[in-house]
Amino acid sequence: MLSPKLVSRRSHMGTNVAIPVVLLAAFSVAPMVYANQAVIFQMMAFMVLAQGVNLLYGFTGYLPFGYVGFFGIGAYGMAIGIELFHLPGLVALVVGALFSVIVALILSPLLRLSGAYFAISSLAASEVLYNVVANPALVHLTNGPYGESLVQSYHPETSYIAMVVLLIVTTIIVIVIKNTAFGRALMAIREDPVSAEMAGIAVVRTRTIIWIVSAVIAGLTGAIFGWHLSVFYPSTVFDLSISILAIVFTLFGGGGTAIGPILGSVVLYGLYNAIGISDPQYFELIYGLLIVLLVLFLPGGVVSLLQRRGNYVP
Amino acid sequence: MSREPLLLVDKIVKTFGGFKALDGVSLQVAPGEILGLVGPNGSGKTTLINVISGLYHPDGGLVQYQGRTITNWPMHRRARHGINRTFQIPKPFKTLTVAENVELAHHFARPGAMTPREVLEFTGLADAADRLAQSLNSSQQKLLDLARALTTGPELVLVDELAAGLGPHELHQMADSLRHLADRAMALIVVEHHLGFVNQLTDRVIVMNAGKEIFEGSLALAAQDPIVSAVYLGNDAVDVSSVQ
Ligand SMILES: Nc1ncnc2c1ncn2[C@@H]1O[C@H](COP(=O)(O)OP(=O)(O)OP(=O)(O)O)[C@@H](O)[C@H]1O
Ligand SMILES: [Mg+2]
Repeated sequence: MLSPKLVSRRSHMGTNVAIPVVLLAAFSVAPMVYANQAVIFQMMAFMVLAQGVNLLYGFTGYLPFGYVGFFGIGAYGMAIGIELFHLPGLVALVVGALFSVIVALILSPLLRLSGAYFAISSLAASEVLYNVVANPALVHLTNGPYGESLVQSYHPETSYIAMVVLLIVTTIIVIVIKNTAFGRALMAIREDPVSAEMAGIAVVRTRTIIWIVSAVIAGLTGAIFGWHLSVFYPSTVFDLSISILAIVFTLFGGGGTAIGPILGSVVLYGLYNAIGISDPQYFELIYGLLIVLLVLFLPGGVVSLLQRRGNYVP
Repeated sequence: MSREPLLLVDKIVKTFGGFKALDGVSLQVAPGEILGLVGPNGSGKTTLINVISGLYHPDGGLVQYQGRTITNWPMHRRARHGINRTFQIPKPFKTLTVAENVELAHHFARPGAMTPREVLEFTGLADAADRLAQSLNSSQQKLLDLARALTTGPELVLVDELAAGLGPHELHQMADSLRHLADRAMALIVVEHHLGFVNQLTDRVIVMNAGKEIFEGSLALAAQDPIVSAVYLGNDAVDVSSVQ
C-alpha cells in the first residue's frame, strides 16, 4: 500500500519476533540464576498486567484505574473453581477468566464515558467488587474477609510456567494487534470515534472486544497469581496499588507499543524492589505522581523519545 | 423526479431539550444528483446531515436509502452501505499521517472505490501524504475528510461547508471536482454558505430556515422568492443577490 510505515512494518518482523523469544528465554533461565523466585514471578505478573493496561490505554485511550478489579475477580473465580467445584488448578484458571469476562460485560457501559469519568468510575467499580467479595455474607462462596487458602492445590512450578505462557501469549497478542487492521481501528477510535464510524469501524463492538480481551488478561493474571500464592485475602488481590503499578509501568515505557510496558516493568519494578519494598507506601505516592507527570508531559512514555527521532519501536 | 430516489428523507424531527432543530424536513436525492442545502446559521443544515449520516437519531420521521429504512442504523453500517460525509469542523485522525487516515477508511471500502492514492491526488493532498493530519490547515483537513469519505466508495456524500477558507481559484477547481464525482454516479448533498459555489454545482437547492424547508428549486428562483429574501435580510454571511 501507500504508506512507508506499512513497508517498514514488514522489515521489522524480526524485531517483533525477538520480543517474545527473549522474554521466554529470560524467564526460563531467571529462576536458575536469581534466588528470589517471588520477585521474578511478580515481575512477570506486572508485565502481563502492564500489557493489559496497554491494550486499553495505549490503543484506545481509556485509563483503567480499576483494572485490579479484573485481577481480583480472576483470583477469586479460580479459588471458587478449586474450592467449590474441586477443579484442578489449571482448569480453575479458566473459571477465573470466565468471571472476569462476566464482570467486563456487566461493566461495558463504562466505555461510554470518556477521560477522567471512565478512570474514576472504573476505580469505583473495582471498589464495589472488592466489597462484594470481602463481604462476610458471602463467606460460603469467597470466605469473605478471611481469605482463601488453597494449599492442597499449591503448585508453584506449574503456576510459574502458566505465568510465563500467559506473558508470551499476551505479548504476542499485543504485537499482532499493533500490526493489524484491528490495532489501527483501535487507534482510529482513540483519535476520533465519529470519524472511525464513518470509516466503517463498528466502534462499540471494537471497544467491547478489546475491553474483554484486556479483562481476560487481568483475570488470568489474577487467577495464576492467586494459585501461585495459594493463600490470599481480598485486600491482597484487590489492592489498588496493583492498578497503579501496572499503569505507571505502561505509561513510563510507552503505551501503544509492545516493548514499552515490558521496559517500564523491568525498570520501575526493579527499582521498586531494590528500594521500595520496605516502604511501599512511599512508592505508591511517588508512582502516583509519576502517572500524573507522564500523562501531562510524556504521554508516549520513554519510547516516544526514540519515536520522535524517527526510530521504529516495536 | 423521474428516477427512483437514492435517499428519501421524510418529515424528520430532531429536538434538543425541547428546541426543534429540525421540524418536519423532507427531501429526496436521486443517484448521481447534486443537491445544494443552504440557509442561515442555525437553520438545521448540519443537524440534517447528522441525521442522514446516523450521528443523530431523529425524534420523528424516516430516512430511506436505496429503498431501505435506515433511520436507526449506526453510522458504520451506513458507511459500509455507501453513505459518507465530511464535517463542518474537520475530524481527522490527528496523530496519524494523511496516508494512514485514508488507508484506514479504505479498509472497509466497497468494491470499485477510489484507492487511497487516487483520492489523495483527487483532493490535492498527495504531496502531504506523509504529514501528520494535525499539521494540516483547516481547509486541508476538510479535504482530508473528503478524501477519507471518497475512498470508502460512497454513493451518497454529505459535504458540510467545504468551501470555507478556499480561494476563488481553489473554489472553481473544487466545484469541477465535485461535478466530476456526480458524473461518476455519486450523489452529493452540499451544505454551503457560499452561494456562488453552489450555483456552479447544481441548479437544485433546498433553502432551510429554523428547521424547516422554505424553498426548493434553482438558486436564481430562490433569490426572487420573497420568503427566502425575508429570511436572509440583514444576514451578511449570505448574499442571495450575488447569485444572479
Ligand atoms: N448537539 C446539539 N445540542 C443542542 N443544540 C444543538 C445541537 N446541534 C445543533 N443544535 C442547535 O440546532 C440548531 C441548528 O444547528 P445546525 O448546526 O444544524 O445549524 P446549521 O444550519 O448547520 O448552521 P451553520 O450554518 O452555522 O453551520 C442550532 O440552533 C444549534 O444551536
Ligand atoms: Mg452547520
